Amino acid sequence: MTAPSTRPIRKKTGRPRSTADNDPAGAAAGRARPARPAGDDRPRAPIRTRGLTKEYGDLVAVDHLDLEVHAGEIFGLLGQNGAGKTTTILMLLGLAEPTAGQARVVGLDPARHPLEVKRRVGYLPDAVGFYGDMSGRDNLRYTARLNRIPRAEAEPAIDEALEQVGLAARADSPTDTYSRGMLQRLGIADALIKDPDVLILDEPTTAIDPLGVKEILDLLRSLVTERQMAILLSSHLLNQVQSVCDRIGIFAAGRLIGQGTMPELAHRFGDDIAHVEAEFETADEAGAARVREVLAAIPGVVDVAAPSRPDGAWVASVSPVGEETRVRRSILAAAAATGLDLTSVRSVPPSLDDIYRRAVERAAHGHARDVR
Amino acid sequence: MSADSTPVPAGPTADPEVDPESAPETGPAPAARRRRVESATPSRRERSVPHAGWMVVAGKEFADHIRSARFVVLLILLGLAALIPMYFAADAIRDAASQVTGQSSIFLFLFTIAPRVGEAAGAAAGTTGTQLPSSWEFIAIVGPLLGLAFAFDAVNGERSSGTLPRLLSQPIYRDDVVNGKFAAGLAVIGLVLTCIVVLIAAFGIIRLGIVPSAEEILRITFWLIVTFLYVALWLAFGLLLSVMIRRAATSALIAFGTWLLLTFFGGLITNVINSVLAPRSGSLEEQARNLSLEQTITRLLPDTLYKEASLAILNPQVSAVSNPATIGGYQQAAERIPSLQSFDQSILLVWPHMVTMLAIAIGFFALSYIRFMRQEVRA
Ligand SMILES: Nc1ncnc2c1ncn2[C@@H]1O[C@H](COP(=O)(O)OP(=O)(O)OP(=O)(O)O)[C@@H](O)[C@H]1O
Ligand SMILES: [Mg+2]
Repeated sequence: MTAPSTRPIRKKTGRPRSTADNDPAGAAAGRARPARPAGDDRPRAPIRTRGLTKEYGDLVAVDHLDLEVHAGEIFGLLGQNGAGKTTTILMLLGLAEPTAGQARVVGLDPARHPLEVKRRVGYLPDAVGFYGDMSGRDNLRYTARLNRIPRAEAEPAIDEALEQVGLAARADSPTDTYSRGMLQRLGIADALIKDPDVLILDEPTTAIDPLGVKEILDLLRSLVTERQMAILLSSHLLNQVQSVCDRIGIFAAGRLIGQGTMPELAHRFGDDIAHVEAEFETADEAGAARVREVLAAIPGVVDVAAPSRPDGAWVASVSPVGEETRVRRSILAAAAATGLDLTSVRSVPPSLDDIYRRAVERAAHGHARDVR
Repeated sequence: MSADSTPVPAGPTADPEVDPESAPETGPAPAARRRRVESATPSRRERSVPHAGWMVVAGKEFADHIRSARFVVLLILLGLAALIPMYFAADAIRDAASQVTGQSSIFLFLFTIAPRVGEAAGAAAGTTGTQLPSSWEFIAIVGPLLGLAFAFDAVNGERSSGTLPRLLSQPIYRDDVVNGKFAAGLAVIGLVLTCIVVLIAAFGIIRLGIVPSAEEILRITFWLIVTFLYVALWLAFGLLLSVMIRRAATSALIAFGTWLLLTFFGGLITNVINSVLAPRSGSLEEQARNLSLEQTITRLLPDTLYKEASLAILNPQVSAVSNPATIGGYQQAAERIPSLQSFDQSILLVWPHMVTMLAIAIGFFALSYIRFMRQEVRA
């Protein structure tokens, strides 16, 4: 993989799916997403579940799941191993039968209209595999044929998808010779071939290198903004989820114990404490003591932590959340007034790690019901 | 996100939704468009293309098969199985042909003649040489391998390579996968068997200069169908194993173990069963009844069915495939004047055999179908 990280992600161009002779208007309109009618700014969510439940014998893999993913957003599913993420995804695709409850994907019940749903949903399985003796391109051609995409349309679409995932150079080698990350990239290209309305990705970036991840996440973002796709992805990589997902759902033992945007989750699962970091040039112990004294005296600051490294930052815990800006200003003012050598001050956004850990801990302590 | 993606193409002609297939209730354009957005109706993309997912799967599988090493190996194996007996039998056939000119079944000798190897040398040494199986008997042995080889890893192979979830998330029905794979297997075995028969026939025509009569062509074609059914039965068995057993290596072991057992020890097993259930003792009536029972037991093996059917088709002299169940039956059989059976008489003889083989094949296929439909997608 030598694709430079700066390679621009190409815009997904319109691609007519029907032949001109039987649908000239459709061909003219291309694959462009039709505009929503005026006044309808809240379309029905492409993915919706109500009380979706899956039991394997005594084990409840997914427990009364209510989930909505809207067009034009990336939804991240978080959860420990065995939390039920993959099971949920399989039910959304009609590949597993729900024990109870219902799912609607692109407005349809995947258990009753599996073809319709699969035609419009791109899926990357968690352990994606390809036919090893066929080239990456031939594997994608097979997918295109299964989706009944005419050859004339499939070829440019395949080239484009390969380009988008940075595999164009190796497209004609047998997939036996691919690395795991390359297979995962090919899997994403595979999911894009059918030009889906909804993309469901089960741990899409686990094997992809850091620069590649950036590219893939940028690609997902562009699909969402330019083509109004709805993307559902599951992942264990919290910083990636945090950086790319509009909303996040946290799963524990089959239950969605929390969902929302990062600030919403921070609010719900935070301990109502925000953090402000400040760096000072301090010569000695006395200087450090002064800094602590000054910081602790600022109203709203409930705790002060000394830097772990000599040139590190002091961390002031601020409560309630929302007071950070005022505290930051106070630090500036106090530094000026006391002559401390302040080099930087900033608020630290809440980290998904903390939120996730606390959510899972709370769920484990039986608060699952309260936090729903 | 806001409602500002692409401008709506204005005017009635520019609306892709007003289309008898995708929007049956052709309402005003904006209404149709909203339905498209809300995705409740099939859109332009989902227009009713005749559904043939299994054909796409079958096409890919067939291409894979004929490019595989298995295909080449089996073609060579079956080719040798067919040609070796003929090579040794060439002289005998030529002799027979010169003696009995006018007899209608010379060409069939190509398939049925069982040559002796080393007869000349053996005569000098006082022995009679080794009896080789005939071409069709060789094919009866190798045929099941042909079926098994193209099926034993059909589904579990996809499972272990991680392609099954991807395949099943494409817009095809789940049964398209098994149907397509079975169809591709049938196509390949049909192709191989036809090649072999053409090879034998060509050998006969070119090397030996004997030309088949119309009836012989009919009989050979029919024998090809019977052989196809027999191999298809093994193909369905292989498919069932590939669905039920998660590891391809295990299913291969079971498949080839079964083949070995039935082909080489099948007679032994039925002998043991027969000696218990149908001993050859007691009154003549009893013995006749037991002999008939014995035959029924032997026919539980598909290869018995196939051998009886093949023999009756390839050899017009065979006038009965079942042992009579009574002494009277034996007397009648003895009094019958030996004569050649016509083609349709031969077919009447083997009809039940064919139906049984077909039923077994369908049974195996149905079982694998049902199992596959209920299986978890995950490995
Ligand atoms: N076929 C099955 N039979 C019985 N239990 C199953 C089956 N498939 C999954 N499970 C159970 O369902 C639960 C949810 O599994 P699932 O694969 O959805 O978890 P996950 O959230 O995707 O985990 P991971 O992060 O490891 O991928 C697990 O406890 C698992 O053991
Ligand atoms: Mg999983």
